[in-house]
Amino acid sequence: MKPSPFDPDRPALDVEGLCVDLRTPSGTVRAVDGVSFGVHRGRTLALLGESGCGKSMTALSVVGLLDPVAEVTGGAVRVGGTDTLRLSRAERRKLAGPVLSIVFQDALTALNPVQPVGRQLGEPFRIHRGFSRRRAEEEAVRLMTRVGIPEPRLRARAYPHQFSGGMRQRLLIAMAVALDPDVLIADEPTTALDVTVQAQIMRLLRDLQTERDMAVVLITHDLAVVAQRADDVVVMYAGTVVENGTVREVFSHPRHPYTKGLLDSVPEDAVRGRPLPAVPGSPPDLSAVPSGCVFQDRCPLVRERCVRERPPLRSVGASRSAACHFSEELHRV
Amino acid sequence: MTDRIEPPSAADTPPAPRPPRWWLLLGRDRLAAVASAVLTLVVLVALSGRLFIGDRAQRQDLRASLRPPSLDHGVYGLLGTDVLGRSVLARLVDAAGTTLSVAVPAVLCSLVIGSALGLWAGYHGGVRESVTMRVADVILSFPSLLIAVVVLYVFAPSAMNIVLILAVTRVPVYLRTARAESAELRSRLFVDAARTFGTPSRKIIYWHVLPIVLPTLLTVATLDFCFVMLTESSLSFLGIGIQPPDVSWGLMVAQGRQYLGTAWWIAVLPGVAIVLTTVSATVLAAWARLATDPAQRWRLTLPRKRRGATAVPTEMIQ
Repeated sequence: MKPSPFDPDRPALDVEGLCVDLRTPSGTVRAVDGVSFGVHRGRTLALLGESGCGKSMTALSVVGLLDPVAEVTGGAVRVGGTDTLRLSRAERRKLAGPVLSIVFQDALTALNPVQPVGRQLGEPFRIHRGFSRRRAEEEAVRLMTRVGIPEPRLRARAYPHQFSGGMRQRLLIAMAVALDPDVLIADEPTTALDVTVQAQIMRLLRDLQTERDMAVVLITHDLAVVAQRADDVVVMYAGTVVENGTVREVFSHPRHPYTKGLLDSVPEDAVRGRPLPAVPGSPPDLSAVPSGCVFQDRCPLVRERCVRERPPLRSVGASRSAACHFSEELHRV
Repeated sequence: MTDRIEPPSAADTPPAPRPPRWWLLLGRDRLAAVASAVLTLVVLVALSGRLFIGDRAQRQDLRASLRPPSLDHGVYGLLGTDVLGRSVLARLVDAAGTTLSVAVPAVLCSLVIGSALGLWAGYHGGVRESVTMRVADVILSFPSLLIAVVVLYVFAPSAMNIVLILAVTRVPVYLRTARAESAELRSRLFVDAARTFGTPSRKIIYWHVLPIVLPTLLTVATLDFCFVMLTESSLSFLGIGIQPPDVSWGLMVAQGRQYLGTAWWIAVLPGVAIVLTTVSATVLAAWARLATDPAQRWRLTLPRKRRGATAVPTEMIQ
């Protein structure tokens, strides 16, 4: 699991034991607790979980955009072997863009409303390659062509509000892949879009990934997107990883009751007239995470041991692990 | 490639033509056009008026004392004369140069210093913000006229000193506006996005924060322009501003005050000049705010509804 620094198949992005603390009026709470995952070039890893489980917080700490009230208190984020959490600001800036970049969820607010998009798309080139404004805009037009924006030369002069939602998301993706990053983090890139546009955006991401051999971390709560798009999945709950493995295995045989609950709540086999299946209850308040298993309050299999002792993430197969005392039992169900 | 271009969204987002030229936008808005014409005239007069009037502003003629405005005494008698028989028109022209040479540099200095500090403080936050804001509070806690009086009383009341003291006392106005806007913009997603590909903070301020804050700051500056002109006239009135034989609009108002009952034109005409200039500047600033906002600019390109209807959308008059 832990590769040596000179390992040729070292993951492009390797997050290890990441902990993020949030300062709140009622004390410090741990929003991300010991999250680890790795993703290789050309592979896609999905971070799956419901709202507030810490997946976006994980992504933001990887790219170094945490709010001042949040603080990384432990762990390592290795990008191509260097731990970005220990770099100085200036060294980090050199990595941002050519090595690591992010696609945001809300494309309208992620673009500057008073700048023509061509100029914004050219910005990475001006900063990292020292291009002139004219040359950077040429590059921007080339990028816009690549992500499928019609009449790119004309549209480069338009402002973000003059684009449709799908087009804006394409622009963001173009900006993120501008400098050929090794690792691309996509934070719910299709949540704000309608289903047909979603499919186009996901196809664009896949094409760019194969073309540029990127490692992609896909943050989402959409099970369908994970099933279609990702190779590996990390299921998060209340700031911890509860299960990970390849999508095929995890989705066909979940080994954690939470994953199973999530998969069962897909209304595919639901019977008309019956209530839709769902995981009952809601995730614990981060300031009052139970001392035992984090999922104990909502778990159908909860026993006395779950209250006493937090289950560690342990291997339950060739390349997968789950954090449940009774994962074998679930397998038999 | 072509299969990814979906025709519907290509159709609902029509190709954007070049943004219309600014002078065409100005022509669309009659009020702003008039305002810019007035301002151009004032600036031209301020720059070159003295070449035409020679020493007319100082030439005394006691026989022509306190003549009301009339057409009988040639060009220089058009707006009447003051108690020493000096032509009010010539003095207005002369004063335009002095007034603008004090007010414009003072406003520009405080605008540049105040906005730069405010943007920097607001963007970085923390200690830098606290220190800057406390300094601004200290400056604001003194009445600006009092500081000006004390400083100008100690040092010589030269035009340079007046400009400096006016600039320093007005810096906090821009500083606070710029800081507030910049602190808000700092947490916007597009600033985060710029950070994720490693844009250094000074470039983020210049590329992403300044263009959004600038229209607001310019509006504040035009309002402040009026304040600075009036402060300068107060100082001149107290005898520590512009020194005779130089003359400014404010000084003319001050000097004409005692003849208000008998010769209104001495005080009122420079007052009108101040009002016209500041109102024009404000109208033009409001227009500029609209014309520089890409999401609002199209409103100025709309054809007029009918003759007499204002082409100025209500959003502009705020």
